[in-house]
Amino acid sequence: MALLRVEKMSHEFGGLRAVNNYSLEIEKGQIRGLIGPNGAGKTTIFNLITGIYKPTEGEIYLEGKKITGLPPNQIASHGLGRTFQNMQLWRHMSVLEHVKMARYSRITYGLFGAFFGTAKRQREEEEIEEMAYSLLKMVGIAHLAGQIILNLPYGAQRRVEIARALATEPKVLFLDEPTAGMNPEELIQMMEIVRKVHKNLGLAIFLIEHRLKVVMELCEIIQTLNFGQVIAEGTPEEIQNDPKVIDAYLGKGTVI
Amino acid sequence: MNEEYGKIIGITHSIKRKARSLFSEVPLLGWLFGMLIAVILERYVGEALAESLGLSKIPMLFGVVMMLKNPLMIPSTVLYLFTIFVLPISVVARLISGPANRVAAKLLDLPILISVIIHIGLLYAVLYLWSEASAYRVLTLKLTLIAVILTLSLNVVNGYMGEFSCSHPGFMALGAYAASVFTVVLFVDDKLFGHALLPAALAPFMFPIALIIGGIVAAFGALVIAIPSFRTRGDYLAIISLAFMFIVKSMIENLEVVGGPRGLSSQPDLASLPTVFIWTVACIWVTNNFVRSTMGKALNAVRDDEVAANAMTVNTRRTKITAFLFAAFWAGVAGGLFAHVLRYVNPGTFGLQKLAEVLAMVYFGGLNSVYGSIVGGVSLSMLGEALRPLEIFKWIIIPLLLILIMIYRPTGLVAFKEFNVGKLVMPKNKSDQRKSDGAASG
Repeated sequence: MALLRVEKMSHEFGGLRAVNNYSLEIEKGQIRGLIGPNGAGKTTIFNLITGIYKPTEGEIYLEGKKITGLPPNQIASHGLGRTFQNMQLWRHMSVLEHVKMARYSRITYGLFGAFFGTAKRQREEEEIEEMAYSLLKMVGIAHLAGQIILNLPYGAQRRVEIARALATEPKVLFLDEPTAGMNPEELIQMMEIVRKVHKNLGLAIFLIEHRLKVVMELCEIIQTLNFGQVIAEGTPEEIQNDPKVIDAYLGKGTVI
Repeated sequence: MNEEYGKIIGITHSIKRKARSLFSEVPLLGWLFGMLIAVILERYVGEALAESLGLSKIPMLFGVVMMLKNPLMIPSTVLYLFTIFVLPISVVARLISGPANRVAAKLLDLPILISVIIHIGLLYAVLYLWSEASAYRVLTLKLTLIAVILTLSLNVVNGYMGEFSCSHPGFMALGAYAASVFTVVLFVDDKLFGHALLPAALAPFMFPIALIIGGIVAAFGALVIAIPSFRTRGDYLAIISLAFMFIVKSMIENLEVVGGPRGLSSQPDLASLPTVFIWTVACIWVTNNFVRSTMGKALNAVRDDEVAANAMTVNTRRTKITAFLFAAFWAGVAGGLFAHVLRYVNPGTFGLQKLAEVLAMVYFGGLNSVYGSIVGGVSLSMLGEALRPLEIFKWIIIPLLLILIMIYRPTGLVAFKEFNVGKLVMPKNKSDQRKSDGAASG
């Protein structure tokens, strides 16, 4: 049984059909890619699966359990961690606080502990902190733990987002253009991090990317989306040679 | 000419640097001890000194009233303040900084709670001795402490959570009336509610219950606002909460049971200085615990990016409602204390003017900061009291000050600063600090 299964999902914004009849199956430990030209609906699909939008039609199952229509925070605590295309970080909070925050749903000390600073809270906060440090080490920014987000360079902010998503203990990690705006050096580092995370934690990863080099190197299976519809699905080689994909990216009848 | 000017600047700079290095090693314990000496000094020689300086009495609120009434008195008032407060505090603090550091380091070997309690005890002693000089000082001090509770609780919503709530006077009114009705019904022979049900000796023990009831009633009121307005973000809360404030006010005005617009009086005299002080400390302690926990940090996450907070498993709706009810609870407690300090409340008190005051304190002191709320609450309520002789001009000066703050420090005086009690009670010189660090880790 697939870890994450999306069945015939569609979504309409007013009269516009942004996603049409989209299906997906991700197995445990798989890295999948989603590519497509601008406005194809890639981020909308992420937002639909992670609960920010509710799909007009279709169902989503995580480990066989239906998660369609649940609020985003519950979907996240069921095991879908994500990053955002335009990095949605909390600008007044430190790096360490970002990662700790993602443990929210696993905190058990409750309001009583929060108000009165019980020993249980002390213990739990220390555990969370330890875990946060280990995640920051994994993405290579443990030395920045005390910094406020605003003071961080772009590449480091991307890493914070990944560490934060990992702290929710996801079963599937959704990465929305993790290398957007990066120079070639940062790009290679980011790919290293994705590989490392995949190897260390055995996650399934679902990746939106614009740079074909990244998807082609990382992903086992790639879907190509155009106008909200999957037009091709297959291994990197198959996708690269698919005439429909070439049409979508370069326009019909183009002579290369 | 220019050279001379430069020289003067150089001299003032070096004086500043020297002063800073002179006092950089004084721990909080030393300052508190210095203040204690100063207030004891005032108690014994204050009157004599005031007389010899030609002042009619001890300057009550640091002489501002005296100076405003009669500008000729400015030199002698300043001289008084210097000899009674500035000089003893700085000299004593500097002289005992060595032993004070050693004591502070020793105290850290024990559980931190003991050190904190000793500091709070000292602070209370200072406030008590200072306020003992007159009933006016006691009243001002109580109202200032209540203002701190109000400011801090509003800061949770407007600062930490980044929403804009206008209903604090409403919550305060609910708390004030609920607590008053509770104590008046139980302990006072009153023409509105008839004979006392319990002996008056029990009243001090039941007063915390009265305040908590006040807080809970206010929190219920908050729930009425929270349910419809936290579905989305934006200006909804500001509008709904403003409406709520007016609804509460006119509801009380029309409730003849509690006296209507004439107000409710004859509350028993329960809000003594220690009571108000303890409740203020409790409010600061609980709020500081809350906002420093990961659950409390969720408020900041909601403020800075709610979508991201949601995607990181934070239950944003519950977070917002909890914080709002929490703030309303403390506003209710503050209202209860307020009613028992003045021993009279009327609905007119809890209107727009009160709202403006509390909002000014929050934004003046600093958003997202416990320090800021203490600074804002204390400075604005003291200032408001001190500028009283200016009458209408007071309401020009204070808003002007607020505008200046908004221009030069848009988030307030001490915004976004963590209130770390452990750090506050630490010894300030290097060697003792290291020693206590070693003890803490060992």
